[in-house]
Amino acid sequence: METQIETKSKHIKTKEIKISGSEAVIKCLLEEGVELLYGYPGGAIMPIYDELYKYQDKLHHVLTRHEQGAAHAAQGYARVTGRVGVAMATSGPGATNLVTGIADAQIDSTPMVCITGQVGSHLLGSDAFQETDIIGISTPVTKWNYQITDASEIPEILAKAFYIARSGRPGPVLIDITKDAQFDTLDFHYKKCTAIRSYRPVPEIDMNQIEAAANLINIAKKPMIVFGQGIILGKAEKEFTALIEKTNIPSACTLLGLSALPTEHPLHVGMVGMHGNYAPNKLTNECDVLIAIGMRFDDRVTGNLNSYAKQAKVIHFDIDPSEIDKNVQTEVAVLGNVKQTLVEILPLLQENTHEKWLQEFKKLYDIEYESVIKNDLFPVKEGLTMGEVMKEINTVSKGDAVIVSDVGQHQMFASRYAKFNQTKSNITSGGLGTMGFALPAAIGAKMGAPQRDVIAVIGDGGYQMTIQELGTVLQTKAPVKIVVLNNEFLGMVRQWQQLFFDKRYASTEMTNPDFITIAKGYHIAAERVTKREELAVAIQKMLASDEAYFLEVCVEKEDNVFPMIPTGASVSEVRLS
Amino acid sequence: MEENKKFTISVYTENSVGLLNRVSAIFLKRHINIESMTVSKSEIDHVHRFTFVVIVPETLAQKVVKQLEKQIEVIRAFYHTEEEIIYQETAMFKLSTEFLYDEKIQNKLKLRRAHIVTITKNFFIIETTGLKEDIDRLYDKLKPYGLMQFVRSGRIAITRPKMAISELINNVN
Repeated sequence: METQIETKSKHIKTKEIKISGSEAVIKCLLEEGVELLYGYPGGAIMPIYDELYKYQDKLHHVLTRHEQGAAHAAQGYARVTGRVGVAMATSGPGATNLVTGIADAQIDSTPMVCITGQVGSHLLGSDAFQETDIIGISTPVTKWNYQITDASEIPEILAKAFYIARSGRPGPVLIDITKDAQFDTLDFHYKKCTAIRSYRPVPEIDMNQIEAAANLINIAKKPMIVFGQGIILGKAEKEFTALIEKTNIPSACTLLGLSALPTEHPLHVGMVGMHGNYAPNKLTNECDVLIAIGMRFDDRVTGNLNSYAKQAKVIHFDIDPSEIDKNVQTEVAVLGNVKQTLVEILPLLQENTHEKWLQEFKKLYDIEYESVIKNDLFPVKEGLTMGEVMKEINTVSKGDAVIVSDVGQHQMFASRYAKFNQTKSNITSGGLGTMGFALPAAIGAKMGAPQRDVIAVIGDGGYQMTIQELGTVLQTKAPVKIVVLNNEFLGMVRQWQQLFFDKRYASTEMTNPDFITIAKGYHIAAERVTKREELAVAIQKMLASDEAYFLEVCVEKEDNVFPMIPTGASVSEVRLS
Repeated sequence: MEENKKFTISVYTENSVGLLNRVSAIFLKRHINIESMTVSKSEIDHVHRFTFVVIVPETLAQKVVKQLEKQIEVIRAFYHTEEEIIYQETAMFKLSTEFLYDEKIQNKLKLRRAHIVTITKNFFIIETTGLKEDIDRLYDKLKPYGLMQFVRSGRIAITRPKMAISELINNVN
C-alpha cells in the first residue's frame, strides 16, 4: 500500500511506504541476507506465511514435518555456513515444539533467529486458543527474546535479533509477534543494528594477559592445548594452525571443536572427554600448562573437577567472561575474539619442538590402537562394528564430507573415527545431547552446503525421534545420505546399564519397524547391510547417488564405546575396556 | 566446602518487560534462594536497578554476577559484602487504635525511630526503616498486640565503592 503524505511546512511531497507488519518481517529477513528458512504454518502466523507466498522467488521456505525439525534444520544450516539460521512457527504448540532446538542452539552457541506467531495482543494472558507464554518458556534457553505487539517495532527488533544472534558468542533469539502486529501497517525503514548499549559482545583485549599467557607457554615443558568450537565460531582456524605449528604444542579437540583442525594434522592428538582419546585424557593430568581455546570445560570433558589438571597452570582463551573460572580455575584468562587474541600472541611465542612430549602422546595412542581402535576398525568377530562403518565412509569421502551425528554410541564412534579435512564439517548436538537432532540438521546442512556430501549418522533410537523429516527430504529432494547404525538398542544407555546397573536393561531394547520399507514409502532409495562384505560397496553406492539415500547397517547389538571415563572419575582414570 | 555468606547483588538494567524473569532465572538455574529483592529506578535516567540479597559462597556470587552480566539487557552487575554497603529495609505495621495510647508502644516507637503515619477510628499504621534485625525486634515487640497487617520491603543498599555505570553508558553511547 502506498500513500502520499504532504508535509505542510515545506510543501514538498514525500512518499512514505506503508506496509503490513508481515511484509515488514519478510523485508527484514531479506535485508539480513536470509535466503532460506524452515518452519511450519498455523493460525497465529498465517499473515506472515501469506507474505512468504508472495515473496517465494526471493525467500525460500522449507516446510518441515514438525517444528522441532525446523529448529534443528536451521541449526544444521547455521553450523555448516556460519550464518544465522531462521526457523518459524505458530503460537502455542508450534512455539513449544521449537524449544528443544532453541535449548540445543543455546548450549552449543549456534546463531539462530526463531520467529513465532502469537495471539492478538487484546487476547494476551486470556488463555486464548493456541496461546502460550513462549517468552516466559524460552527465557532461560535464549540469548535474547522479545514480544512484538506493535507493527512499528518490527524493523528495529528484527535488526537487533540478528545482531544479537550472530555477534559475540552466538546464540538463539526468539521473536514472538502478535497477530495484530502482523496485520497492522507501518512505515518501513530498515537500519542494521551494530551496537546495543547494555551488550558488549566482544571483551577488550588486555595485552598484559596476552603477555602473561605467552610467558607461561614459552617456559612450559609439557604444554597441551584443548580447543573447542570457539575456533570455528571465531573463524580462527588459520590463526590457530599457525600458533600450533610454530610452537608444536599437542592439540586435542572437544566434541564440538572437531574439524576446526584437520584430523590428519600431525599435532592433532585426538579428542578429550568421556569417550575421547586415551592420550589427551591421560596427559591432561600430566601437562604443565593447559591451554584451553574457545571451549568451556564441560563436565563430559573434565570428569571429576577435583582431579582435573590440578598440576597444570591453566590458560583460558574465550570470548565469554562468564566461562572464565566457571568450572576450572585459570591462571591466565585471555578474553576477546580468538581470531584477534591468537594473532596478538603469535609473535610473542617461541618456536619449539616438544619432541619428547609429543612422543608420550604417540605412545599412548599406540596403546589405545592395540586395545581399542584396531578392534573397532578391523574387527575379526562376525558382527559389524560402528567403527568400521565410519572407516568405510572415510575411505569414500576422503574426509571431505559433512558428518552430522545424532546422540549416543554412534555419535561417539562418528566423532572418534570420522576424518575431517575442512572446518564446519562436524555437526552434532553436544551440550544438550538431543536425540533426533541429526536427520533434520542434515537437511539444513545440505541446503547450506549443497556442493558437499552430507552424511547423517544416526542410531535406531534417535532416528525414530524425528523420522517424520523423511517427508521433508521427499518434498525438497535434499540429497542427504542417511546412515542408521541399528543395534536394536538405545546403545549408550544399555552400555551404562551393563557397566553400572548389573546388566538390567530397563527399557533400552527396541523393537524396530522395517526401516527400508519406511524409506521406500517416502520414495527414498534404501539398502540394508548385514554382512561385512556388503558394507564397502553399499557405502560407495550411497555416496555415488545424486539423490537422497538411506542405508541401514545392522551392527553388533551389545558393543561398547571405549575409552571411557566413568561418571565421577578423573580423566586419568580413563578406561580402555 | 566454601562457607556461605550474605551478599547484596546490584544489577543495573534496561527497563524492559520480562527482564525480571530473565534475571531471576539465573538464580533459579543454580538453585539459589533469593532472600530479598527490590526493583527501582536508579541514579541514571531509564536505567533500573535490582537489589538482591542471597546467602551463597563467594565464588558462586562471582559466577552469578558474570552470568547476570551476560544477559543482553543487563548493563552491569556487582556483588557486595555486608561491609561494603549501607543498607536499609522499610516495614509497616497495622494495629488496632485501642493500643494507640499504650505507653509501651509509645516508648518502643521512640526507641526505634518509628513513626505513626496514619490514624483512623479503627486502626493506626506504624512505619519504620532500619536493619532487618531492628525491624525483627520491633515485630517481636508489637506481635503480642495482635498485628492486623505487617509488611516489609526488600533490602535497598548503597555501596561504598563506586559503581561506574554512567561512565560505562557514556562510553557505549
